[in-house]
Amino acid sequence: MQPLTNRAKPVDRRPMTLVERIYLWNIFKGMMITLKHLFKRKATISYPEQKRPFSPVFRGLHILNRDEEGRERCTACGLCALACPAEAITMEAAERKKGEEHLYREEKYAARYEINMLRCIFCGLCEEACPKDAIYLSETFAPANYQRKGFIYGKKDLLIPHPKEDPEAYKKALGNRYKQSQNAN
Amino acid sequence: MHAVFLAIDTAFLIEKLVLIVVVISLSLLIAMYETWAERKVAAWIQDRRGPNRAGPLGLLQPLADGIKLFFKEEIVPNTSNRFLFILGPALAMLTAMMTSAVIPWGGTIEIFGKEVSLQIADINIGVLFIFGVVSMGVYGIMIGGWASNNKFSLLAALRGASQVISYELPMGIALISLLMVTGSLKMSVIVGQQIDSWYHIFHAPLGFFIFLVCAFAECNRTPFDLPEAENELNFGYHQEYSSMKLGFYLFAEYINMFISSVVMVTLFFGGYDIPFVSDAALRESWGANPTAILQAAVLFGKTAFFIFLFMWVRWTIPRFRYDQLMDLGWKKLIPLSLVNLVITALIILPWK
Repeated sequence: MQPLTNRAKPVDRRPMTLVERIYLWNIFKGMMITLKHLFKRKATISYPEQKRPFSPVFRGLHILNRDEEGRERCTACGLCALACPAEAITMEAAERKKGEEHLYREEKYAARYEINMLRCIFCGLCEEACPKDAIYLSETFAPANYQRKGFIYGKKDLLIPHPKEDPEAYKKALGNRYKQSQNAN
Repeated sequence: MHAVFLAIDTAFLIEKLVLIVVVISLSLLIAMYETWAERKVAAWIQDRRGPNRAGPLGLLQPLADGIKLFFKEEIVPNTSNRFLFILGPALAMLTAMMTSAVIPWGGTIEIFGKEVSLQIADINIGVLFIFGVVSMGVYGIMIGGWASNNKFSLLAALRGASQVISYELPMGIALISLLMVTGSLKMSVIVGQQIDSWYHIFHAPLGFFIFLVCAFAECNRTPFDLPEAENELNFGYHQEYSSMKLGFYLFAEYINMFISSVVMVTLFFGGYDIPFVSDAALRESWGANPTAILQAAVLFGKTAFFIFLFMWVRWTIPRFRYDQLMDLGWKKLIPLSLVNLVITALIILPWK
């Protein structure tokens, strides 16, 4: 049979030579290898201080987006909930009252918007389904919690910081997306 | 009775007591940091970083481990022999600590105009004492493994016992070749000879090598850690142990490692002798105390290398199979040490 790769090596079945049988030389060789590894660069990253860069397509925790003036983009159309294969998203719609124009972009908004992070499979279909660019997956992942109810994220946890009131946090929350939008412009 | 009490020199008693306390706490401290060093060396060899969270460089890690072990639940299986179950780790710890009594930790220091030797007991059968105590160490494993009333522990105990007995033979014969060179069993004499002339490693290199291999086996370190082979014996003789009783077993292993390193340094690498420097001349110019401290430091430095060697070997070589272990002990090391004995005798003969 034709070998698939050129890495295949025949098994060496020759009887061991004297040096191999004494074993000491081989132990010495092995110890030299481990000695070399003693001074090698360590593969570990000290995690909380240093972080590995995520791939730009990484799908982490969800973020509910605002527009430039800080108005919530979500109109509670329910397309994300419909797209969600894990049925992790629930929402309640409400009508925008007079005087709330600075809070919500359109006449309808999500009064309650919850994602169950234990159900969520982080597939990103909600992001793709959203016609208003109101939800996207960020580069953070769900932190640990003591109780199941702690994994049900409400609007409070999901909404991006206000771009006018807290521009620093807003920029941080945007992360890579911010850089991408800068590049696109 | 009264006369006997008076005959005891109080200063002598205090001096020895202080020395015992210092040596024991030092070996405990070193054993503690050996656990840290072991984890660091293991990590570095495997391209990891090792413990670095508790304190700077993770230096408080052994303390945290110790506190954790102390606060764990103390479990004594109700089918076990309670007395022997507790005696096991106690004996392991005791025998590990006892060996340090005959080791000369440095030259003499002067306190209040009194010459104090940095050796707890300079007995004339020093090497023999070490041997006796080390071979008692196996009782810790035996009793602990048997009292656990568990087939894995019992198997491990049997393995441990037969391993230690098998490797004590070549170790003893290898030492005889050294003792033919020294002509004395007294530790201080052996060190004294090496201070004056060559280290004994040059007189008995093969003897040293056999001693080294046997020391690995006696300490139950990889590649000879069959008593605790976790994949087949499920942690071996300390399977039923918890809390500080387990800690004592693990600790005893590290103390054993330290002590056997010290013994190797003392017997073969000049003990507390400062290499390339005349200790006597240094004593003249520096005074007794700084020299003795430097000597002790040199001893610990040499010991540190051997401790590192123990770890280095542990994280390089996989464990032997049981029949390979017995093969190596009985069929290779014992004949080799006998041959070594004869060769040493032949070389020494013209000088005696």
